[in-house]
Amino acid sequence: MTLTTEKRSSEAELIDQLRTGDEGAFAWLVDNYSPSLKRLALAFVSDDGVADEVVQETWLAVITGIGRFEGRSSLKTWLFKILTNRAKTRGARDSRTVRFSDLEHGPADEPAVSPDRFLPFDHPRYPGHWATPLHSWSALVEDGAIRRETMDVLRRGLEALPRSQRVVVTLRDVHGWTAHEVCAALEMSEANQRVLLHRGRSRLRSILEKYFAEDV
Amino acid sequence: MALNSDTDPRNHMSDDTLREMACQELVEVITEYVEGTLPESDRRRFDAHLTTCASCREYLEQMRTLIRLNGDLTVKSIEPETRDSLLRAFRRWREAQTDL
Repeated sequence: MTLTTEKRSSEAELIDQLRTGDEGAFAWLVDNYSPSLKRLALAFVSDDGVADEVVQETWLAVITGIGRFEGRSSLKTWLFKILTNRAKTRGARDSRTVRFSDLEHGPADEPAVSPDRFLPFDHPRYPGHWATPLHSWSALVEDGAIRRETMDVLRRGLEALPRSQRVVVTLRDVHGWTAHEVCAALEMSEANQRVLLHRGRSRLRSILEKYFAEDV
Repeated sequence: MALNSDTDPRNHMSDDTLREMACQELVEVITEYVEGTLPESDRRRFDAHLTTCASCREYLEQMRTLIRLNGDLTVKSIEPETRDSLLRAFRRWREAQTDL
């Protein structure tokens, strides 16, 4: 990820403000990053309350550590690093803590779309093509009432994903992290990150398709 | 005699770039396509397939809609009590700094 000069200087400004005790700057940071820090914590600990504690400990470590922050990484990367270290320290005491690599990833070769939706690969004219055309629903979500219900369906679908898929999709799509940031924070390869993102998004698309086929 | 790579039929016979992408294959590489990490030759096959397949164009549109909707999901803010206690801790730290 390349930061623009503008972003970089505003980050430097923010760090200066924190060091000089600007409460507004600290409050801004807490408001902006607490939700994604909690999501990241939930990749390592399964208990919601423990995740909250890890986030809180991270902020306390930020307060005492900002004077030592040298700006070699971005502030965001530094925050994530503190959090993952806290979550791992927590792991030494808390048996409910799980390593990301041990998380439920979902079936190994889960197809994005059920194979029965396609013509067989030995079909003489259209091998592997859609058996029936796809219905269009993208435009429907612009309608206010449908949109609200769609968002509820989506929220429930996201919570029901296997945990590793949920963490990756949430950090990427909901919190807007880059692939690089997710890989760094979860210590996973770009390829693994992409597989989890792909499976998670594909499942969610199927859920929305099913919802639009049945209820609208 | 060494064959020129362009005229060597072996370089074309099993060339995936000549094989049309099936819909069932497209739905598996769509994330790489959207992420911009799909290799150039597959990206061309993907784009070529889209020009002939309305269902796959719709599928891509649905994926993009999904990503956009995910981005509009609201995130749960930090609990006000936790926020207050963190701000108090920050003020205590600031006061300790000025006392030095």
